[in-house]
Amino acid sequence: MVTSITSFGRSGLYDWMMQRVTAVILLAYTVFMIGYLLFNPDMDYNQWRGLFDATGMRIFTLLALLSMVAHAWIGMWSVSTDYIKPTGARFVFQSVCGLLAFIYVVWGIQILWGI
Amino acid sequence: MLVSVYRYNPEVDDAPYMQDIHIDIPGGKDIMVLDLLQLLKEKDATLAYRRSCREGVCGSDGMNMNGKNGLACITPLSAVVEADKLVLRPLPGLPVIRDLVVDMAQFYKQYEKIKPFLINDTPAPAIERLQSPEERAELDGLYECILCACCSTACPSFWWNPDKFVGPSGLLQAYRFLADSRDTATRERLADLDDPFSVFRCHGIMNCVSVCPKGLNPTKAIGKIRTMLIQQAT
Repeated sequence: MVTSITSFGRSGLYDWMMQRVTAVILLAYTVFMIGYLLFNPDMDYNQWRGLFDATGMRIFTLLALLSMVAHAWIGMWSVSTDYIKPTGARFVFQSVCGLLAFIYVVWGIQILWGI
Repeated sequence: MLVSVYRYNPEVDDAPYMQDIHIDIPGGKDIMVLDLLQLLKEKDATLAYRRSCREGVCGSDGMNMNGKNGLACITPLSAVVEADKLVLRPLPGLPVIRDLVVDMAQFYKQYEKIKPFLINDTPAPAIERLQSPEERAELDGLYECILCACCSTACPSFWWNPDKFVGPSGLLQAYRFLADSRDTATRERLADLDDPFSVFRCHGIMNCVSVCPKGLNPTKAIGKIRTMLIQQAT
């Protein structure tokens, strides 16, 4: 058993599962967005705004945003523990990733509920 | 043909270097790489490599031949030589002791970690603990591992974290004991593997499968460990 305190869920199994679940959510969101844009080629601002006014779409978007943060954290943490050997540099890298993830979540919520 | 051999003797050399040796194969026969090494040693007696059984059972002569790990004793020249040239290097990722001899301590440490022995807390029967043919068949493709380290030293995850990632060889053995009907420590064994490194550093690139000289499949065994962890935790 190897102890890790900066990994997403502390457990390798949990991280592995989250990585896969969030990937499915991100795939669903990507397919939906591409489909929506393809089926609405002459979309204007009001229709785009109307889409994100719907509560369902806000929930779906927030879910995709949180999924992206979890997915990115697990992935970037793996990359950092593989390639960055000095502990100080690795911790700084992980902290920057965590800070960026937090900023994206707050910023995303602000955009979603600010329109 | 031209043979390029990795040479490093820490008592004499400042840094490792590649030694090019031209050699004629007697009778132009398709000999094994280990036989070729013997010919090289006759030319230059300072060349060091490990070997023992010369028939792919002891796992001593694992090395990197033209970029691919394998056992020198069961690899014919025809399988690895390209454009009449052969590059011989020690197994990648482990510290070199001298020439083609590597320090396997890290590899054995990971093997030790998975407790490679039967654990059974029930009272021992008067004779041996019996298995049905079906239970015994569960161990096929697992018990044959000879610990040559070809797989683990072909795995980038093991290169980056040899102290934390158990590696394909150790995990194949971990599953060998998880799958054994006579072992009762399944829960404890799984608990020891449920961290972000021991098992889950495997990203399934299957280098281990492509180099295993015994034709085993560590990636499949790792998948089965993962399935056991999921079944226990959901």
